Amino acid sequence: MKKALVPAAFAACCLPLLWLGLQLALGGLGANPIEALQDDLGYTAFVLLALTLACTPAQKLLGWNWPIRIRKLLGDFCFFYASLHLLTYAVLDQGFDFGAIATDVLKHKFIFLGMATWLLLLPLAVTSTQGWQRRLGFRRWKRLHRVVYLAGGLASFHFLLRFKTPRLETIAWMGTIAVLLLIRAIDAARRRARMVQSS
Amino acid sequence: MRRSDVTPKSVYLRRREFLKLGAGSALALSLPAYARAKVEHGPKLAGVTVNPAFALPEEKKNSFEDITTYNNFYELGTDKSDPSENAAKLQTRPWTLSVEGEVGKPKKWDIEEILKAFPVEERVYRLRCVEAWSMVIPWDGFPLADFLKKHEPTSRAKYVAFETVVQAQMPGVKGFAGIPFPYVEGLRIDEATHPLTLLAVGLYGETLPNQDGAPIRLVVPWKYGFKSAKSLVRIRLQETQPPTTWSQYAPGEYGFYANVNPEVDHPRWTQSRERRIGELLRRKTTMFNGYPEVASLYAGMDLRKFY
Repeated sequence: MKKALVPAAFAACCLPLLWLGLQLALGGLGANPIEALQDDLGYTAFVLLALTLACTPAQKLLGWNWPIRIRKLLGDFCFFYASLHLLTYAVLDQGFDFGAIATDVLKHKFIFLGMATWLLLLPLAVTSTQGWQRRLGFRRWKRLHRVVYLAGGLASFHFLLRFKTPRLETIAWMGTIAVLLLIRAIDAARRRARMVQSS
Repeated sequence: MRRSDVTPKSVYLRRREFLKLGAGSALALSLPAYARAKVEHGPKLAGVTVNPAFALPEEKKNSFEDITTYNNFYELGTDKSDPSENAAKLQTRPWTLSVEGEVGKPKKWDIEEILKAFPVEERVYRLRCVEAWSMVIPWDGFPLADFLKKHEPTSRAKYVAFETVVQAQMPGVKGFAGIPFPYVEGLRIDEATHPLTLLAVGLYGETLPNQDGAPIRLVVPWKYGFKSAKSLVRIRLQETQPPTTWSQYAPGEYGFYANVNPEVDHPRWTQSRERRIGELLRRKTTMFNGYPEVASLYAGMDLRKFY
């Protein structure tokens, strides 16, 4: 059972890609398949980001240890889908015109938030290996990877601004991210209080 | 071995369901389904003539399926596929359209009466959505100017206000659509009586499908799509500029004029390019959506200010 966890999670993370590939081939993505593809890749990345952020709370509150074992995998796949999402934007929306992309990013906060999220995730994906953990030292590595909290916040607002009016679903996802971050904030505050007491 | 031995047809026809089940993961299943609702064709409209002045031969028309499965009609749901899936929730008979306000002859029309009174012509128009996608649609309708003239607008008729139907059973009306209903829109009188401005009652020679704004809708091809209000129940001529739904909801994002303008971006995305439905890469957006004949309506106006 224990051995099967990581391969099973890996397979599950591949399913959205297979699903989208299949739908694209079958013409199942509607009249605007590019928009559907871009939205779904972004949505998948967002859900994986939320799952990554849920691993530590699951351990602390529910006593589950297994999510921590697939956290790196979830984070890597989050970056993978976020990169495909960005690629559809850069290639299909902007035709690889870097000038147009730069203007778009700087001029529109919706685009800026998406790009900023990806740029924050980039160093985390690069340093997600054990080798980089050793090279940076665990404390520094851990501090660096706290950037994911900011990425979660920015991604939430990027998702919210995707639609002309806020959607209930998006608000629910923002709430989920907020709760996951709040759990950490409360935990950190408690630990600090305990340290003050004991010193 | 016969073909029927391999896979029973009933199972074969449900193959998409099996694919969905096979995909299995909650993540994949939570992705929205884009499978299109079966497109219902409406009855043919009688006596439609083609207006060669608006044939737009250089443009490739979008398919009936594109035009009827990818819609913004928040009363029927906020996803693009919702209006076609919920089309039956809009009741289009009996239907009354009231014309009131600054007119010599106000009138409550029954839709059947309108269909008899005005000769319908086909016009192919580009439609550019504020969301930066576009289509080419063969509408069947008649100029709004002809319709308004029948009611003898007074000299105080400076603006025209349009109101979309609200029916309690429409899912967007019952649920959470974000914007208030009824949906209201407006035009200046010279915009409303411009020869391009159409009241459409059909497309592709067929009775207008519900998701496209049956039984009668506005079409203003040089403005963003949201100006072209659907399923009209009231047209009011008045002296003051009427409130419009999107410009009230987010005044920084949507203006009263909402002319297609590649120079003025939406605060969240660029309006300089658009995706024509059916094309891979984006194309350049043109001023007034390629209808330069309307430019004189806005002579001397700062279109950055009056977006």
